[in-house]
Amino acid sequence: MNGINQEDTHRIIERVARESYGRLVAYLSANTRDVASAEDALSNALVAALTAWPRDGVPQNPEAWLLTAARHSFIDQVRHRQVAEASEPTLLLLRENSMEMVLSAEFPDERLKLLFVCAHPAIDPAMHTPLMLQTVLGLDAARIAHAFLVSPTTMGQRLVRAKTKIRDGGIQFEVPQERELPQRLDAVLEAIYAAFGIGWDDMAGVDQRGRDLSEEAIWLGRVLLELMPREAEVRGLLALMLHCEARRRARRGPDGRYIPLSEQDSQQWSLPLIEEAEGHLAEAANLGRTGRFQLEAAIQSVHAERARGGRTEWTAIVVFYEQLVRISPTLGTRIGYAAAIAEANGPEAGLAVLDGIDPDDVSVYQPYWAVRAHLLQRLGKTSVAVDAFDRAIGLAEDPAVRQFLLHRRG
Amino acid sequence: MQFALLIYHSPEEFGMRKNDYSDPHLGAWRAYYKALVEAGVYVGANALEVPETGTTVRLREGKRSVQDGPFAETKEQLAGLIILELPSVDAALEWAARCPGASIGAVEVRPLAPEAMRRGFTG
Repeated sequence: MNGINQEDTHRIIERVARESYGRLVAYLSANTRDVASAEDALSNALVAALTAWPRDGVPQNPEAWLLTAARHSFIDQVRHRQVAEASEPTLLLLRENSMEMVLSAEFPDERLKLLFVCAHPAIDPAMHTPLMLQTVLGLDAARIAHAFLVSPTTMGQRLVRAKTKIRDGGIQFEVPQERELPQRLDAVLEAIYAAFGIGWDDMAGVDQRGRDLSEEAIWLGRVLLELMPREAEVRGLLALMLHCEARRRARRGPDGRYIPLSEQDSQQWSLPLIEEAEGHLAEAANLGRTGRFQLEAAIQSVHAERARGGRTEWTAIVVFYEQLVRISPTLGTRIGYAAAIAEANGPEAGLAVLDGIDPDDVSVYQPYWAVRAHLLQRLGKTSVAVDAFDRAIGLAEDPAVRQFLLHRRG
Repeated sequence: MQFALLIYHSPEEFGMRKNDYSDPHLGAWRAYYKALVEAGVYVGANALEVPETGTTVRLREGKRSVQDGPFAETKEQLAGLIILELPSVDAALEWAARCPGASIGAVEVRPLAPEAMRRGFTG
């Protein structure tokens, strides 16, 4: 082990931390429900590894080493607290369970339970995604705060509150019963997709600190698939994310210019990612239960066809959107439907769909104004189109999108 | 609840100002203003001249001191402010992110002091 230098060790620790973080936190907190203490214990273990591994060599089973170190730290913490607050529920739970915490290379993977805990109905839905990013992936509060556009202090406090609720609020670490599974799973999928969407909108697109949130979300999607291979919507979500990811490079010109989907060079799309997405979508179809994410993935699949066929089958997209609007009539879905109808049946038809949306719902919803501006312009209604463009420009966060729309507005 | 968006520009950004309608930035700012008004959150706003046009006055122990330029010698300087009526700081941060000033300089979001205190100033 002497040949390993400091830098290599750091890289190994980083990799192990990345791959094992969620497994270790999930395992350490499954019995106690004390996620915060599990995270503290694991970070102590990682700090210990930074000194021990370069000195003694990387252990044969790094994950088991971290688990042992984290467990010691965990029990120390709880003993400390034992003095302070004797009725701490963690302590009671630990007493019952700590003896059962067996150290072996093969400890049970409790990440699925942790994912369901993060997206539990008793937890504020706005915190589902931040909790997952922190507890399963180990992202720090500041980075999550940037993505969610809140101050790091506020995000830190919200995460602490949510974890206290998990510990003290009687939220069980369990996979939901058959009866409530679809709804509970939906919340997990939504939270993962929210992380993907934030990473997708994050125009920097390249997070200086490494992977961006979209990649993290895809990682979570893969973890979930590994844990629930028979759930069609899990595959649907992964397919959807991979289809979008396949186009990442094509979304920007060499000068950073925004390029809308319809003008993207399909030769720049990633074929391996498209193929992987198609594979998951086909598997999902075999499972015979359709759902929102499969439909969204199917729409992206039609778009991806352009790489082969050279054209977009808008009528097929409209059909998928019709089903999607029926089961998931979100604002985004309805606007996507309007845009698809406009491509298939002309701008008037698309505009009619937009007119059916309550104006109060869209006063700050940028995509509505962008689609509306585009359709009005196609109809030659220049002055109302300019107004709609202004709303879309004013609500845009991404400077490249703003530039694109300013140019289109003329 | 009222929030101020304090818009800070770098010297380069101040330099990009043309102060006339040929300003390429102006379209984005105008659209942003429109979006604020249409969303019903706009209370008021104003832009400031470039920092070099400022003059800073202090009185210390009865002595006047007058200095050319802005109060603080920082790279990014206050360029304007917008007052918004919003339910929460979360909403204010969203509007700050959409502000054309955020993609070049910086936008600070700060709540206005409680109304009772503000009324204390104005009588």
